[in-house]
Amino acid sequence: MSTLARRSPSQTHRALTADDMEALAIGAWILGTGGGGDPYHKLLNMRQLYAEGRSVDLIDPMALPDDAVVAVLSNMGAPLVGQERLADPEFAVKPLRMMEEHLGRKFDAVMALEIGGGNGLHPMMVAAMTGYPVVDADTMGRAYPEAQMTSVAVAGLRCYPLTMADIRDNEIIFPRAASWRWMERISRKACTEIGSVAATCKAPRTGAEVKQHGILYSVSKAIDLGRKVAQARRAHADPIEAVLEAGHGKLLFTGKITDVERRATEGFLRGKAKLEGLGPDAGSDMVVHFQNEFSVAFKGDEPVVMTPDLICLLDTVSGEGIGTDVIRFGQRVSVLALPAPEVFLSEAGLAAVGPKAFGFDIPFKSVFEGASA
Amino acid sequence: MSTPMKRIGIDVGGTNTDAALLDGSKVLAAVKTFTTADVTSGVRAALKELVAKAGPAAQGVSAVMIGTTHYTNAVVERRNLGRAAAIRVSLPASASLKPFCDWPADLAAQVVGGVHLVHGGHEYDGRELVPMDEAEVAAAARAIRAEGVNAVAISATFSPLTAACEERAAEIVRNEHPDCHVTLSSALGRIGLLERENVALMNASLIELARETTQAFVDAVAASGLNARLYITQNDGTVALAEAAREYPVFSFASGPTNSMRGAALLAGIENAMVCDVGGTTADIGCLVNGFPREANNVVEVGGVRTLFRMPDLLSIAVGGGTIIGSDPITVGPRSVGYRLGQEALVFGGSTCTSTDIAVASGLIELGDRSKVAHLDPAFVKAALAKIHENVAESVDRMKTDATEVPLLAVGGGAMLIPDRIPGISEVVHVEHSNVANAVGAAIAQISGETDRIYRDVERDEAIAMARAEAVESAARAGADPATIKVIDVEDLPLSYLPGKAIRTRVRVVGEAAALAPEAAE
Repeated sequence: MSTLARRSPSQTHRALTADDMEALAIGAWILGTGGGGDPYHKLLNMRQLYAEGRSVDLIDPMALPDDAVVAVLSNMGAPLVGQERLADPEFAVKPLRMMEEHLGRKFDAVMALEIGGGNGLHPMMVAAMTGYPVVDADTMGRAYPEAQMTSVAVAGLRCYPLTMADIRDNEIIFPRAASWRWMERISRKACTEIGSVAATCKAPRTGAEVKQHGILYSVSKAIDLGRKVAQARRAHADPIEAVLEAGHGKLLFTGKITDVERRATEGFLRGKAKLEGLGPDAGSDMVVHFQNEFSVAFKGDEPVVMTPDLICLLDTVSGEGIGTDVIRFGQRVSVLALPAPEVFLSEAGLAAVGPKAFGFDIPFKSVFEGASA
Repeated sequence: MSTPMKRIGIDVGGTNTDAALLDGSKVLAAVKTFTTADVTSGVRAALKELVAKAGPAAQGVSAVMIGTTHYTNAVVERRNLGRAAAIRVSLPASASLKPFCDWPADLAAQVVGGVHLVHGGHEYDGRELVPMDEAEVAAAARAIRAEGVNAVAISATFSPLTAACEERAAEIVRNEHPDCHVTLSSALGRIGLLERENVALMNASLIELARETTQAFVDAVAASGLNARLYITQNDGTVALAEAAREYPVFSFASGPTNSMRGAALLAGIENAMVCDVGGTTADIGCLVNGFPREANNVVEVGGVRTLFRMPDLLSIAVGGGTIIGSDPITVGPRSVGYRLGQEALVFGGSTCTSTDIAVASGLIELGDRSKVAHLDPAFVKAALAKIHENVAESVDRMKTDATEVPLLAVGGGAMLIPDRIPGISEVVHVEHSNVANAVGAAIAQISGETDRIYRDVERDEAIAMARAEAVESAARAGADPATIKVIDVEDLPLSYLPGKAIRTRVRVVGEAAALAPEAAE
């Protein structure tokens, strides 16, 4: 029973518009920090669903009753496979129904595993199909490659059960796993077997858990970011400036890509992009490393920005996000840092998603250190 | 660039048809004529004029290379398009986003000739997604035939990896509907189902126009008495044999600006510069890097449809020779008299004031009858020219990414409209024959080949070597001399989350057009 959406008028929930979806797609792609997949296909689906008269309600996480049960949804797999398989709302709903059957109860609301990239729009499709409201929160505040890299994993919450669906009639339930890392390993194997793409419903969260450990208001933040970029484009103003302002970010470098090196190791896309400075950065270089998402950037031997600070490479002209799977020679990009969610700056947070978790033996230092944030 | 052969390059634009005869990189003769509504007579006239002008130098021409914006204009202006049906082999995947789902409504209304989704397709490793349902394909083909639609685009998931599904589906369609032209998405390129399918659908909708236009080119060359091979220039500054190009009009979409920029580089002997090409309707501003246009960052839209093409990064502004100048207040464009410049401009006896008239009145160029603009108020002429200059300078600045000053190559029939001094530009270079730079660019085009595939369980070097061999083969098939083929681009992308070693490798090669050897002529 979806009672939450109807419970009160006013501030606790609002109906998202078709324009909000357009803005969300832009904002989520920026917060994807190079990963999470291009939101375009999911945006197309949302346009169709809204044209059919469906819509999505966004609810304030703080309005969730402690015992509410929230579905954490994502699409898992290789973005490249997504480029061929596209995205289908019917299919995205399947794991949610499987989970409801497994739990023997209905959900109260849905939310995104990660706000970054296409997964930021994934629960929107499910919500438009089912009528469940979407919680204004996620568990990353961005995109990260692995299951243990979430606020709920850092908090030590339960990692199971997980349900997974294939477009053929294959359904997989993971009733239990020893740890977040085990859940990551086992589910990744199954995902690979069914075509390296799967719709999933992660371990459900209670209202109390979301309120205490979720990354709150990340959907509103992404929509706001996207809207500011769209406004800047329409006004022929600088969209990079708009991102910096709306996201409280720092511009670190402006340049063009002179080389991209990629390699697949342990199931991830790792590599680095070299940039040559333009304008005020003329004469200097930058190297940005990535593991699906951008992780650390160096000027010479000096690390200048690192995860969990968000490292965004944006098209200098349009402000559009650029994915690590499509970044290429000659692109003109601006490198920005946006502040990380608080939870990842703790000792446990840094252990899960700090530079060491991505193979860099350097101490974490935020570009926002000393700033009021 | 050493090309030991004599070639003729022709550019058929919306306003002008230009032709240039080159010996190696030397321009022997060049002419500029008006484009005609039927295309053929314009090309025939240009060839005739060029051959007459060149005299004995026209002997021994081995290739005619034609570039045209005809197909792009058809899509952009929504005319001369045929209806096309889509058959997508992908179910149970991708059902919600049907073919044409992201097309502008007005374009879709003209083109959509049926949408059919059938079961089948492939996985990322080439396995079957599910077995293809051949009965569904046959039923779709019969429905398309009953609708009277004669062009079909067939797409299938992961078809760039293995085209088996698309090829079998094409066979079934041809059986059921023998008059139907079939475009396979796998022949057009890359990973990205929706964009690849869009390109295939646009190709299908242009196929009738492409056949007519190519035939017009063939007839025009035959009528000129030249014994030369006919090539059509492609988006990336390369060419394909007319027989092959006829099947793939979409590959010619961006050839106009590409030719113009490459021609400008050759004519000026400068490989790194900004280029401003002022045509009849627009001025295109781009950037040359090592003799080739800098490519756009983003997904490229043609007439509002998303494609995977790599195209030159251009800023088009409404400043051209045919741009209509309004008075009180003074306006520059955006409308243009287009190919009717020869009738409608004041200097040609018409009644519309165009930027060409402003140029003549300002003494920038001798054209038509100068007395016909004598009545224009000098203050108005000055202000209009200042506004044109301002528009150009502003746009050049927007496209420039280099902090240091670079030269600007002034190109095209309307190059006289470009100011002599522009901030950030070291010098504005007007080169000889620059008004036919696009025809020169067409004449120096090379033949290319490309592969973009996923290779499994091989080392990176092996994958690149295999891709290279496939690309060389495709270039040779298109008429390149195998001895001259060289690799110009290698890109490899290990696939994240995929098991074992999976690597997507793209290799692009170019070579000189093979001479007309008897065995190659077939």
